[in-house]
Amino acid sequence: MRSAIRRLLPYALRHRRRYAIGLTCVVITTVVALLSPWILKYAVDDLHRGVTRGKLAFYAALLLAAGIVGGTFRFLMRRIVIGASRDIEYDLRNDFFAKLQTLDLGYFQTRRTGDLMSRATNDLNAVRMMIGPAVMYSVNTVLIFAIATVLMLSIDPWLTVIALVPLPFVTISVRYFGTAIHRRFDRIQAQLSDLSAVVQEALAGVRVVRAYGQEASESARFRASNEEYVRRSRGLIRLQGLFFPSMTFFLGLGSLLVLWLGSRAVIEQRISLGEFVAFNAYLTMLSWPMIAFGWVTNMIQRGLASWQRMLEVLDAQPAITDAAARPALAGQPIQGGLEVRHLVFAYGDGRPVLEDVSFRAAPGETVALVGPTGSGKSSLLSLIPRLYDPPPGTVFVDGIDVREWPLDALRGAIGFVPQEAFLFSDRVAANIAFGAGGAAGGNGDELEPVRLAAGIARLDTDLAGFPAGYETLVGERGITLSGGQKQRTALARALMIDPRILILDDALSAVDTYTEEEILGRLRTFMRERTSLIVSHRISTVRSADLILVLDGGRIVERGTHDELVAQGGVYADLHRKQLLEEELAES
Amino acid sequence: MVQHEEEVLGKAYDGRLMRRLLRYLSPYRAVVALSLGAIIAQSALQLAQPYLIKLAIDRYIATGDLEGLNTIALAFLAILCGSFVLEFVQTYTLQMTGQRIMFDLRTQIYDRFQALDLKFYDRNPVGRMMTRVTTDVDVLNDLFTSGLVSVFGDVFTLAGIMIVMLAMNWKLALVAFSVLPLIVLVTQWFRRNVRDTYRTVRVWIARINAFLQEHITGMATVQLFRQEGRTFARFDGINQRHRDANIASIFYYAVFYPAVEIVGALAAALIIWVGGADVLAATLTLGSLVAFLQYAQRFFRPISDLSEKFNILQAAMASAERIFGVLDTPVAIRTPAEPRRLAPAPAGRIEFDHVWFAYEGEDYVLRDVSFTVEPGERVGIVGATGAGKSTLISLLLRFYEVSRGRILVDGVDIRELDLGELRGLFSLVLQDVHLFSGTIGGNIRLGRRSIDDARAWRAAEAVHAGRFIRERPGGLESPVAERGATLSVGQKQLLSFARALAFDPRVLILDEATSSVDTETELLIRDALRALMTGRTTIAIAHRLSTIQDMDQILVLHKGVLREAGRHQALLARRGIYYKLYQLQYKDQELAGGRTPTPAGAAHEEADAGAPGVPADST
Repeated sequence: MRSAIRRLLPYALRHRRRYAIGLTCVVITTVVALLSPWILKYAVDDLHRGVTRGKLAFYAALLLAAGIVGGTFRFLMRRIVIGASRDIEYDLRNDFFAKLQTLDLGYFQTRRTGDLMSRATNDLNAVRMMIGPAVMYSVNTVLIFAIATVLMLSIDPWLTVIALVPLPFVTISVRYFGTAIHRRFDRIQAQLSDLSAVVQEALAGVRVVRAYGQEASESARFRASNEEYVRRSRGLIRLQGLFFPSMTFFLGLGSLLVLWLGSRAVIEQRISLGEFVAFNAYLTMLSWPMIAFGWVTNMIQRGLASWQRMLEVLDAQPAITDAAARPALAGQPIQGGLEVRHLVFAYGDGRPVLEDVSFRAAPGETVALVGPTGSGKSSLLSLIPRLYDPPPGTVFVDGIDVREWPLDALRGAIGFVPQEAFLFSDRVAANIAFGAGGAAGGNGDELEPVRLAAGIARLDTDLAGFPAGYETLVGERGITLSGGQKQRTALARALMIDPRILILDDALSAVDTYTEEEILGRLRTFMRERTSLIVSHRISTVRSADLILVLDGGRIVERGTHDELVAQGGVYADLHRKQLLEEELAES
Repeated sequence: MVQHEEEVLGKAYDGRLMRRLLRYLSPYRAVVALSLGAIIAQSALQLAQPYLIKLAIDRYIATGDLEGLNTIALAFLAILCGSFVLEFVQTYTLQMTGQRIMFDLRTQIYDRFQALDLKFYDRNPVGRMMTRVTTDVDVLNDLFTSGLVSVFGDVFTLAGIMIVMLAMNWKLALVAFSVLPLIVLVTQWFRRNVRDTYRTVRVWIARINAFLQEHITGMATVQLFRQEGRTFARFDGINQRHRDANIASIFYYAVFYPAVEIVGALAAALIIWVGGADVLAATLTLGSLVAFLQYAQRFFRPISDLSEKFNILQAAMASAERIFGVLDTPVAIRTPAEPRRLAPAPAGRIEFDHVWFAYEGEDYVLRDVSFTVEPGERVGIVGATGAGKSTLISLLLRFYEVSRGRILVDGVDIRELDLGELRGLFSLVLQDVHLFSGTIGGNIRLGRRSIDDARAWRAAEAVHAGRFIRERPGGLESPVAERGATLSVGQKQLLSFARALAFDPRVLILDEATSSVDTETELLIRDALRALMTGRTTIAIAHRLSTIQDMDQILVLHKGVLREAGRHQALLARRGIYYKLYQLQYKDQELAGGRTPTPAGAAHEEADAGAPGVPADST
């Protein structure tokens, strides 16, 4: 807990001047507010004795002046302190997102997007409440408590002690309820995310739900989750229902004692009537800090819990870093030579998905990978741009371990096209130019490289068919591209960065064979001095490769050129025969 | 950027929406009445406190009556205890009612989603629909719990204070009320400005969410292309705008509360000045003056509370509008009131009778399509992308309603059938496999209890999914993550086959799902499907003609029109569209073969090269 707070401190300290000024305003506001009952005391006493109207006007003016001064500083206090908290929120959110950007693919695959988003929004807001309003009100509260107590003591110590008797109960109940409420609140949040997941799945899978007549069972699932949510809320409500009334009750007890014993004191002339009124007013003012105390503790508790959730992300160790990188390599151009040596790889503690894989590709060569689903093809490809980290001394680019290349240099030399293309909801041109700065907009020279890349990926004719051409918006707020168009956009995007190594992970699976062949033909020229690594299920795609690796169960079971492998009569030849058979079948 | 629907904010109060919202309270009328009673009683008790102090000062302190003071103290204690009970009752009943209403609303919205046809889903992304069930409902909860009823309490307190003050001394009361116009002015100014800033803040929050969502999902792309810096700069821009909007809104709050405070001080000053004079003139007791000051203080709290409620009200109206928008969307496709029943063991004869269909207006994607699928027949549907193949299946399952014509199952129009009975005839296998989080077994049997483990295993084994399931430590009980993230594309497809098989349908519908599986797996699946198809009507959409050549009937769709139907050889012989489609694919493969110097290609070339030597017409 303490270390968590220590991690938050630097953010606040960045704005220490504003906090200092803002908190000074809090002090002034509070002190001025505490003046009013004192003025009242004189006014009542004077009225009791009989005074001139002029003096009354003076008291009235004093009250108004106190109001104006107090109000002015309250305005400043809010602006400055809450404003600072917004700035800290801004800093935190930026840092949070920057941190996300350093985390590796493995991290994101074990976490839900919605959960990460909620940390960047809901949790962050709770943290902000803690460092803004909560700080403001706690200073305010402590001050009121301290000063009012002193003033009350100066009126009548004995009465003050009596009036303060119920206060420990307030504090105790705040502690008790605070923790209990917090715990229940967490359980409710967890249930809400479960509820969302249930809805999300039912909606996303509507066709399956309908086709298999699963409406009732899905509704039952939803209902159960919904009921659980209400059930958990009930616990919280019961607590909250008791919490606030018990605060009021204990505070009221103080007022009761003052009314009862204080009025006796007036009769016994130990205190004046004005002092009695002022005493009551101070006690009322004290009730606010006591309630605020409960409220602020809640805010702080929630804020701390949220902050810890954010810290889980902020303190996450990126698995893929430049820790082993040699900075001297930063400026060195990559030629594209690729070598994999006795590579054994497993995700986490799982069993190896790649075992003893070795091969090399000189710049300008094409290596193709074939093999059944789950044979480790994609895993192998993902190790080269270090989406996952290979063990040291297993994967080399230009003879240097990929872990020793600065990530920036390594990835800058690799054009990676995954099977499931991810496009941003932006213009097509911006998507293609994404890796090259994404600035390409408008017309003219800037668009030329985009056109070139789109041409090789055979996207140009598709785009010509769209009214907005390269400016077409894609994604949720634009048009939906077909699977093949998406894949070809992703290819164009990879080509745009002028890669030394091009990696196609079954990246044209949704493109028809004719178009694919055209693309491969154009790529051949483009890739003349570059290295290509291609995964495909189609023999026609891989047969011209310089080296074909057949993977099965994470091992290379066959290697060679198309001709050699066909001659070998193994798995590849089998695959080839099957595909020929298919073609023949189609021809019959 | 295009405006998100969430960014649109309507007016703060809409009588029509409010009346409809209030209807949700009616099942809980008794509880709500209890709650209101508690609020009123509690307000009254609150009002009594200053009056007790007045009594103490004027009647008992002045006369030194200790007995009377004891009575006052007892009364005060009674008020405290009463308040405790009332506040608990009020909080509990109110919040629970809020929860129940949320429960009702969520259920209603969810049920509506379950009932709405796929046209609705086409138009509304899942994220937006989720917001209706969660966020929008939460906003309405705020309205019911801290909005509506407590507004009522505030108004009551306000009225009560005014009445008590007027009763105590109407002249002084009017003096105190003289500051009211100022309060109204301040509140108006605040409301007007806060509404605008609130809207801007919402817009930027929505943008932040959208940006985060997209870039967390696409993080690998950002990292692979080393765009962290530029992406961060864009995020920073949105983040900054969000902060600035918030800071702008702080200003109005920062002005509003102090302004109310100053007006309060003004009222107190007036009371001291004017009321003090009355005390001196002995037309007002000192106790009344003190009570007046306390009442005046309590007077402003509900007013500033009320303006706080304004945001809640405004957000609630916007959410209610959206929620009712969903609830008011008519359910186009439903089971008729008196459905016709199929025979106990329906044969599953399917007939399309002059079916026309348009997703929108007159833009027909299917035109006058008629064909019949006999029980046990295997039918393949072919055609270019956009020919209407998938639409045909969606219509058969009644995801959409035909625009014209009719679809018959065993001679009964599907619109006259019970939806459940109709869809129960089919098992659907889609290109995009949808998995539910839970277990592998749960994804095979879904909600159908009659599919026990043995049957699930049999189905899995039959489609060669058994192997990878066995390899997992938990077998059928192995967990499946959200969207099946831990399974490969191929494994997901095998699972969906197992599911289709486990349901043992009359009719199997396949939207050719074999395109992204490797040849090995594809052959296994084809083998499994063959077994699955026997004795079952099968309708398969094929993207590759090789898949369907041995089908009993092939339907050729072209631009929404059923152009040809028949067996493979017969269709080829017609030299029509099927023949052209066939030629096209054949050519593709020939081209692919001819371009690369491979044995297969070389063989072609040899044959071609040899051809000129032998005149084609030499025989």
